[in-house]
Amino acid sequence: MAGASPPPATQNSDGSWLRRVWDSDIGWSFRHSPVAIVSAIVSIVMILAAVLAPLFAPQDPFNPAVLNLMEGLTPPGTPNEFTQKSFVFGSDSQGRDMFSAVLYGTQVSLLVGAASVLFSAVFGVLLGLMAGYIGGKTESIIMRIADIQLSFPAILIALLIFGVARGLIPPGQQEDATLILLILAIGLSNWAQYARTVRGSTMVEKNKEYVQAARVIGRSPFLIMVKHILPNVMGPVTVIATINLALAIIEEATLSFLGVGMPPTQPSLGTLIRVGQQFLFSGEWWILFFPAITLVILALAINLLGDWLRDALNPRLR
Amino acid sequence: MFAYSIRSLAQGALVLVAVAFISFSMFRFVGDPVANMLGQEATLQDRQELSERLGLNDPWPVQFARFIGNAVQGEFGVSYRQGRKVSDLIKERLPATVELAVLSALVATVVGVLLGVYAAINRTGFLSNAIMSISLIGVSLPTFLIGIGLIYIFAVELRWLPSFGRGETVKIGWWSTGLLTESGRKSLIMPVLTLAFFQLTLIMRLVRSEMLEVMRAEFIRFARARGIAERTIELKHALRNTLVPVVTIAGLQLGSVIAFAIVTETVFQWPGLGALFVNAVQFADVPVMAAYLMFVAAVFVIVNLIVDLLYFLLDPRLRSGQRVAKGH
Amino acid sequence: MAEPAVLEVKGLTLEFATRHGTLRALDDISFSIRRGEVLGVVGESGAGKSLTGSAIIGLVERPGRITGGEIRLKGERIDNLPPDRMRAIRGRRIGMIFQDPLTSLNPVFRIGDQLIETIQTHTGMGQAEARQRAIALLTEVGIPAPENRIDAYPHEFSGGMRQRVVIALALSVEPDLVIADEPTTALDVSVQAQIITLLKRLCRTRGTSVMLITHDMGVIAETADRVAVMYAGRIVEIGPVKDVIKHPQHPYASGLMGAIPALDTRLNRLTQISGSMPRLDAIPAGCAFAPRCTKAIDRCRSERPDLMPAGASEAACWLVGKVSAEASA
Repeated sequence: MAGASPPPATQNSDGSWLRRVWDSDIGWSFRHSPVAIVSAIVSIVMILAAVLAPLFAPQDPFNPAVLNLMEGLTPPGTPNEFTQKSFVFGSDSQGRDMFSAVLYGTQVSLLVGAASVLFSAVFGVLLGLMAGYIGGKTESIIMRIADIQLSFPAILIALLIFGVARGLIPPGQQEDATLILLILAIGLSNWAQYARTVRGSTMVEKNKEYVQAARVIGRSPFLIMVKHILPNVMGPVTVIATINLALAIIEEATLSFLGVGMPPTQPSLGTLIRVGQQFLFSGEWWILFFPAITLVILALAINLLGDWLRDALNPRLR
Repeated sequence: MFAYSIRSLAQGALVLVAVAFISFSMFRFVGDPVANMLGQEATLQDRQELSERLGLNDPWPVQFARFIGNAVQGEFGVSYRQGRKVSDLIKERLPATVELAVLSALVATVVGVLLGVYAAINRTGFLSNAIMSISLIGVSLPTFLIGIGLIYIFAVELRWLPSFGRGETVKIGWWSTGLLTESGRKSLIMPVLTLAFFQLTLIMRLVRSEMLEVMRAEFIRFARARGIAERTIELKHALRNTLVPVVTIAGLQLGSVIAFAIVTETVFQWPGLGALFVNAVQFADVPVMAAYLMFVAAVFVIVNLIVDLLYFLLDPRLRSGQRVAKGH
Repeated sequence: MAEPAVLEVKGLTLEFATRHGTLRALDDISFSIRRGEVLGVVGESGAGKSLTGSAIIGLVERPGRITGGEIRLKGERIDNLPPDRMRAIRGRRIGMIFQDPLTSLNPVFRIGDQLIETIQTHTGMGQAEARQRAIALLTEVGIPAPENRIDAYPHEFSGGMRQRVVIALALSVEPDLVIADEPTTALDVSVQAQIITLLKRLCRTRGTSVMLITHDMGVIAETADRVAVMYAGRIVEIGPVKDVIKHPQHPYASGLMGAIPALDTRLNRLTQISGSMPRLDAIPAGCAFAPRCTKAIDRCRSERPDLMPAGASEAACWLVGKVSAEASA
């Protein structure tokens, strides 16, 4: 996602590779795409705000000691009738500041999203390399599994993996394991696309002369290949990963919304929405609205960035 | 054509067996079926007897064969959580999901193709750009939020539509339908729109990009050189060539409508299979999970077969099968 | 001149607007084709041959744009017509044949449907009459059993047969001019001659003019009445085919002619022009061919020559008159 970084304020001498990126075709296309610039800025601001949540958040929303029930259900922007304290995004039924909750929730959502994308990218790239390089039975098994999996929605796969894991883990430890479980379930439901892309490139590289040469001089052809293939597939893999990050964040939110994701004690945006939905009929719209709009903007910004990146790397598609 | 159909049949069967194996493994290795059925207080004696009776002591291929035999008859045992036969649960909830999914698929395909064609033809128009932007937002809008949004507007604020459930249903044999009563039809509107939206944007984008791709083909240029009107080229020559890939992807997507129904059903408390499955996942209710998995796989395989058959209608090159294979 | 030329191109200039500035792909192209005449257009790929054809029929794709000159069909200017009027000319008065018959025909429609569609677009014929006409055309282009084959799909024909169908389509409403863009390049060597002979016969009997774009000098020698040699977006030589082949005036043309295998001369090897055509963004200031030209003088590098009379032909070379003398020496 180097191409997505915002323009450096000053051009110093050691920023030469930034300069190169800036002047490259990708850089050109970035500078001429207002959508890409805006979505990059929005993504970065949101990611920073989430990562640095403890610095920005007015309170630690999950420390019961700081919550005041008197301040419950305060609408956004208006002072609480008892304590005169005011909340930008309002407060929930326990007097929790929604702004802080959204910041921490975004952090959890991003953590699960990023970790699962990393997991599926590494897993998928490895399997793709193996399939392309070894060929034969290994290849057909891996690719057949990928085919089958790709024809089912990721959310279904993730739910299944989650359900199976639930059955395997003793009930007492389930809550602590949820974060890891979510990452695994979402990661495992998204590896196939990487594997397909990488397998294609690997098959092309396999027959090139340098691979044969490596074999002749007794070097490991596999390792040499990996060195050559990885730079080649970085473009497509980055595109898939960016778009998948948006998808993974939505997938996590969906799982949490369905009640099989993050528990209310450590909520993600999806959990906050699930909780907020209960207040829909009683008029406390803000408890639902702010987590929901944050989720949509985050997913949209990353999606647009991914979309732009795909077009920039593959101009034929437009 | 015959050979081709046989091959797709064989592939479908393979998928089903693979999925059956996963389901079977879940039964064997997730949780302890005996403990689940007898409860914690059972004696060792009881447990061994039940193990023997369920055939859990047989070698696994025997058990797997028995599992498949039962699955073919729709038999998946008893739900751990509800204590009822899984086949009964499924039969009870199937109509709700089928009505929801089929209607959504219809809406998504019809509207998706129309909008896609429009956006491709008027590529630079204001409305096309608006459609494309909305579709991009659509991809980033989680299904459950669309549902919640609709509930807020049409149920909470306007009070036009019911916010949950199927409304009144009418029984026709064992099938229960919501299409015959007004409240049933009203209850369908929001869930159908919610479920259709995501597929709709996908189909629309697909139709648009396929159509733009076809418009670059040499035979389109040749049609222009022959003086054929631009509208005819777009709506006849290009659209007809777009249909093959669109049917493929749309078919696959529509199969997944069934699975996507999981989320929609939860939002609208729709008494269908998806909601049943989510409950099963929450409580690791393996028999229900396994049955649902098999059901979805069967739907996919059937949809795939139908898509394969549609090819022959749409692409003359496939009808004469062998000659194509030789020609390329 | 009592009868205006069927096609008259004057000073045609075509440019591509790109990120790196404007590229001139066709530069001041002028030529004309008389009734029943076959004009061959030769040159390397990228010289602008096909682009000239596209410009004439009004199918230049973005970001390309005609920025200068004019194109007249039987005296009537056609390069600035509104899209609808130009569409009525395409197929009706100018037919086009593309390189690859595999991709020229719409794969999902019967060839009869495509023929009938074209005929009905340009004439008021009814379905039955158009179908009769289509069958007659298929007979004429040598498709066996046309009454049955008319209902076949393109993939049911061989490459050569498909190109015959394409020719039938291009000639279906008797255009004044046919632009054939590399009509045989994608075909089997064995059927190339048949297709060229067919095209030539059909156009001769109808008095149709042909602009035959190819890089195959052999085809030109056999078929064309006159030939235009293109290089880097310009015509460098144009004249009667015999003169250009026997006494090429431009060094590039003589290089091309040296590349024709001939049975009657005892050449040991075919000559070859060293180097390659400049890219559009790097065309030198003087003559574009100068960097590859063995005879280039200083003037060639600084000043661009226009077409000037040279024997029976015209050539754009400062050395006009000297080259052929040396070549035949």
